[in-house]
Amino acid sequence: MRREPPQRLGDYGPLFFPAGMLTLFFVVPFATMIAVSFFQREQGGFYTPAFVLDNYARFLSLFFGKVLGFSLFLAVAVAIACVAVGVPFTYLLARSARKTQIAWLVALLSILSLSEVMIGFAWSTLFSRTAGITNLFVWLGLMSQAQALTPSFGAVMTAMTYQAFPYTVLVLYPALVRLDPTLAEAARTLGASPVKAFFTVVVPALRNTILATLIMVFIFALGSYLLPQLLGRPQHWTLSVLITDQAIYQSNMPFAAAMAVFLVLVSLALVGLAVYAGRQKEAK
Amino acid sequence: MTVLRRLLFFVVGLFLALPLIVVAGVSINQRQTLAFPPQGFSLAWYGQIFTNPEWRNALVASLALAATSALLALLIALPLAWFLWRRLAPWANIFQLLGVAPFTLPPVITALGLLTFWATTGLYGQAWTAAISHGIFFVTLPLVTLSLGFSAIDRSLVEAAATMGADDRTIFRTVVLPLILPYIVSGYAFAFVLSLNEYIVAYMTVGFTMETLPIKIFNALRYGYTPTMASVTVLFLVIAAVVFGLVARLGDLPKLLGALSEDK
Repeated sequence: MRREPPQRLGDYGPLFFPAGMLTLFFVVPFATMIAVSFFQREQGGFYTPAFVLDNYARFLSLFFGKVLGFSLFLAVAVAIACVAVGVPFTYLLARSARKTQIAWLVALLSILSLSEVMIGFAWSTLFSRTAGITNLFVWLGLMSQAQALTPSFGAVMTAMTYQAFPYTVLVLYPALVRLDPTLAEAARTLGASPVKAFFTVVVPALRNTILATLIMVFIFALGSYLLPQLLGRPQHWTLSVLITDQAIYQSNMPFAAAMAVFLVLVSLALVGLAVYAGRQKEAK
Repeated sequence: MTVLRRLLFFVVGLFLALPLIVVAGVSINQRQTLAFPPQGFSLAWYGQIFTNPEWRNALVASLALAATSALLALLIALPLAWFLWRRLAPWANIFQLLGVAPFTLPPVITALGLLTFWATTGLYGQAWTAAISHGIFFVTLPLVTLSLGFSAIDRSLVEAAATMGADDRTIFRTVVLPLILPYIVSGYAFAFVLSLNEYIVAYMTVGFTMETLPIKIFNALRYGYTPTMASVTVLFLVIAAVVFGLVARLGDLPKLLGALSEDK
């Protein structure tokens, strides 16, 4: 059947419910949040409609600058770690037997869907003194006494990499499945070792995909809100944690909303950049 | 290459499995201690999920929320995906974009937006607001799987039905629906499992009136450790693995995921 433009009002019928729901429960809440970010905060967790820029002015403080700087640094570090391991891993996975691929995909999806609370709990157990990995090191004779490895920056970074790695593989997977296998074969025929062929032919061919993936994983990591809280010290808190903290515990909705609007702008700019990087790939 | 592949797969597999092995280990400890390797063997902490009223209520709340919100996500996604496939209306793509947005942005943004919205309308804390919030938050998943399902339909089949005099409704019921059923099921499954595990949106909308399992674990973590957290984590992991295993059985998982991030 040809696709045709809607003729009668009735043709729009199927659109009513989805459009209404998305408008009422996504667009309106989003607009409410933007409005609240300009509201005046009152004592006791209330706020009154107004148009003040105080909530945005607070961004100019040294404290906020530090949190923002740390959030960006952490997300960049996680993105680089995930992509550095994820590219060779996904490349090899896409060239494995179908059964192997399905088993890995099911495992990766299961871990990706695992609640952030549970990932945090699992890593805090693995890094604990009584049940943790250091007991294994003691047993192996590498350490003399078991110790707790959290709270620390390393713990936050490891758990966030754990959380983002399945996402990285699933973002890379479509591009790597479709990658022309003759590319690497040609390099092999010309005498390059598999490793050399990977680095000199495959990686350059994927340059834009890798860049787009880095940005997507960066945004994903920016959204982590529980792991820095569960595994880090207060100086390891990120912007997402700070937004939750202001909204729930400090009852400062206008400031939380202003930070969220700022986070949206950063994310949107990056999504735009990722889409642009993806387009470049097609243009070639 | 084979040696390198085995080594890399082993290291990644170990990294992904290690925390889960330890959690599975501490979940069968005899006494309420955080110890690994486990001391003694007991499945009592799995029993706790169903016998302890607090954990059981949280489990029921989580399952009810996941079942209703995934259904709502599907009810929003199905007509939208059908319309975009059936009609030529480029401006309607804005709704596709709106459906994908909550999932692409950091989750705390959607959570805060919904919190301000429910607080402003005075409905904050009602259980059903969480179902709507999750339904919107996870609409992306059925929307993406269904768009893929529709695009895979051979249009000449539909053409044939139309030539023989079937109207839109009959075509949908007899031709389209059977073809996209696997995509409906996998879209529902993805939304269900993710809703089951979701924390921040549920916490910000109904966190003070209702406890889902992720909220319950987080609250319990503040008062110390109980092995039930570990058994719930293992239970959820098993549920996810079973559901995604079934999706792989039912449909073509590599194809489904190969196209998943296509429109991103």
